[in-house]
Amino acid sequence: MKINDLILRTVVQFVVFIVLTIAIYLFFAGHYTPGGGFVAGLVLASAVVMLYISFDTDTVRKGLPLDFKIVAAIGVTLALLSGILPMLFGQPFLKMSSMNIQFPLIGEKTLATVMIFELGVALTVVGVVMTIILSISEGSDD
Amino acid sequence: MNNLIVLPLILPIFIAVILIFFRQQIRIQRILTFSTLLLLIIVNIYLLIQVKVNGIQVLQFGGWEAPFGISFVADAFAMLLVLTTSIVAFLCMIYAFSSLGETFEKMFVYPLVLLMIGGINGSFLTGDLFNLFVCFEVMLLASYVLITLGGGKERLRESIKYVVINVLASWFFLVGLAMIYGTLGTLNMAHLAQRVAEVNQGPLLTTIALLFLVVFALKAGLLLFFWLPGSYRVPTTPIAAMFGALLTKVGIYAIFRMFTLIFPLETNITHTLIGVMAIATIIFGCFGVMGFKDLRQIVAYNVIISVGFVLLGLYANTTESLEGAVFYLMHDMLIKALLFLMIGTIIYITGRTSFDEIKGLIHQFPLFGWLFFIMMLSLAGIPPLSGFIGKLLIGQGLIDKGAYIAIGIGFLSSVIVLYSLLRIFLKSIFGEATYNQKFKTKIPKMMLVPMVTFGLLTLVLGVGAEIMMPYVEDAARVLTNPEIYINAVLNP
Repeated sequence: MKINDLILRTVVQFVVFIVLTIAIYLFFAGHYTPGGGFVAGLVLASAVVMLYISFDTDTVRKGLPLDFKIVAAIGVTLALLSGILPMLFGQPFLKMSSMNIQFPLIGEKTLATVMIFELGVALTVVGVVMTIILSISEGSDD
Repeated sequence: MNNLIVLPLILPIFIAVILIFFRQQIRIQRILTFSTLLLLIIVNIYLLIQVKVNGIQVLQFGGWEAPFGISFVADAFAMLLVLTTSIVAFLCMIYAFSSLGETFEKMFVYPLVLLMIGGINGSFLTGDLFNLFVCFEVMLLASYVLITLGGGKERLRESIKYVVINVLASWFFLVGLAMIYGTLGTLNMAHLAQRVAEVNQGPLLTTIALLFLVVFALKAGLLLFFWLPGSYRVPTTPIAAMFGALLTKVGIYAIFRMFTLIFPLETNITHTLIGVMAIATIIFGCFGVMGFKDLRQIVAYNVIISVGFVLLGLYANTTESLEGAVFYLMHDMLIKALLFLMIGTIIYITGRTSFDEIKGLIHQFPLFGWLFFIMMLSLAGIPPLSGFIGKLLIGQGLIDKGAYIAIGIGFLSSVIVLYSLLRIFLKSIFGEATYNQKFKTKIPKMMLVPMVTFGLLTLVLGVGAEIMMPYVEDAARVLTNPEIYINAVLNP
C-alpha cells in the first residue's frame, strides 16, 4: 500500500531541526535549570524516530549509518570515564569540577566536567531508546 | 575517603561496556572477562584486609558528604560477600568458556554477566537505600536477559514469570522508599538508622519495615519463593549457577542490613515474623527436594532451604548466630555454585534431567563422582567441610534464644538435604553402570577445573575457618552494634 505522506515528509524536514535545537538547548540548560542529558537524549531520540516514521528505514539508515547499540556503549563509556578520571587525581569517584572561560562572541561561560557525564547520559538514552524502538518495529533481523 | 571501594561496582560495568565493542571477537571477550574477574578478586582481598585493619571504609561519591550524597560503605560483612561473589563469578565464567556455545557468546553474555556482578557488588556496598534500589535494578535487568538467552518455549515461559514478579517487587520497593522518605526525610542508611532510633520505631515505621520485608523476601525467596524453582531451572548451567549462588543472597543481605541496622528495635514483631517465615520456607523447601525427580528442580529447592536456614540466624539475633549466618552465606555461595555446576554437568553428560534415568556415572567419571560426594557432605554440614561451622553457630544462637522448634526444624532440614542428594548419589553416581551411546564419554578439563576448585574451597573454608573467623567476627560485630556503622558514615 502506498501512502501519500508528502505533507508529513515536508514538515518533518523542518521540524527535525527545531527539535534538534530544543535538544541542544535542553542539554546546556540542564546545569542549573530544568533539562539535562537525559531529557536532551529523549528529545534527540524523538527527532530520529520522526525521521524513521516519515521516511523508510533504508533512507534513514543511509543518512544516519549508526549502530545504536554502539552509541549507547559510547555514552556509558563517556559517563564512566568522567567518573573515573577524578580518581586518578586523588579525588573521590564522580567528583566534578568546573572553570570559567572567556569565549569570543558569547562572553564568559562556565565549563564543567559534568558536561561530559551529561553527554554520556544523552548518548546512552538515544542509543537505548532507538535500539528498543527499532527492534520492536523491525522484528528479529538483528 | 577510599576510592578503591567503588571498584567492585565500576570495574565490571566499565569492562562490560568495553566488551560491547568487541561483539564478534570472542577471544578478546574471554580474556577481558577472565582478567577483570581475577583483578576483582585481588582488589577485594586487599579491601577486606584493609577493612579489618583500618575499620569500615567509606566513600562519598563526588565529595558530597553523607547524608546528602551517595555513600559507599565497605564493612566486613559486605566485603566478605563481595569477595565470595567475585570468586564464584570467576570460577563460573571459567566453566562458561568451555560450555557456552558461540551463539551465546555473541549475544553479549559476558557483558551481561559482568553487569550483573557489578549490580550485585553495588547492592552489597551501597550505603544509600535508593542506590540499593538502583543496583538491584542493574542486577535484575542483566539477569532478565541472561535468563532468556537461548530462547525456547519453557525458558521464555519461566522468564516471563521471573520478570513480572521482579517488576512487581521493584514497584513495592519504590513505594516503600517513598514512604520511608516521607516519614523520615532521608534515604542514607546510617542516617535512617539514627532517625529511627531517635523517634523510636513506632507502628507506622514498623509497617514500612514489613513492606520492605515483603520486597526483600520476594527477591530472596523467603517464603515468597513460588517463582524461584521455575526460573532457576531454565538458564544454561554456568548462568544458573550464578543465579542460584548469588541472586538470592542479595535479598538476604538486604534483609540483614535492614533489620540489624535500620529497624532493630521491634524485634518482637519483625524478627519473629522473619523466624516464622524462615521456618515455613525450610519446611516447604524440604517438601520440594523430596518430591521432585527433576534434578534441576531438586537443586532449586535446595536453594530455598538454605535461604530459610540463614534467616534463622537473624531470627535468633545473637552475636553467635549472626557470625554463623555470615559464615553460612559465604559457604552457601560456594557450595550452591558447585551444586548447580555439578547437576548441570550431569545433564550435559547424559542429556537427561530426571535422576531415575541416569545410572552409575562414577565408573566413567571417578573424580566427578567423589567430588559430588564431598559436595553433598558439605551441603549437609558434615564437620571438616565448610557447612558445619555456620550451622553450628546458628544452632548455638538459637539455643541461647530458646527457639527449640526452629533449631529442630533447621537441623532436620540438613538431614533431608542429605537424603535428597544421597538419593541422586546412590542412583545416578553409584550403582550399576549402563552403557549408553548417547552419553558423552568425557568431561572437558576446563569444566572440571572450576568444580574441583570449588570442592577445594569448601574444604579450605571448613578446615581454615580459623583464618576467616576474625573477619566473620568483625562482620557480626558491626551487625550487632549498628552505631559502629552509623559513626563510620556520619562522623568520619
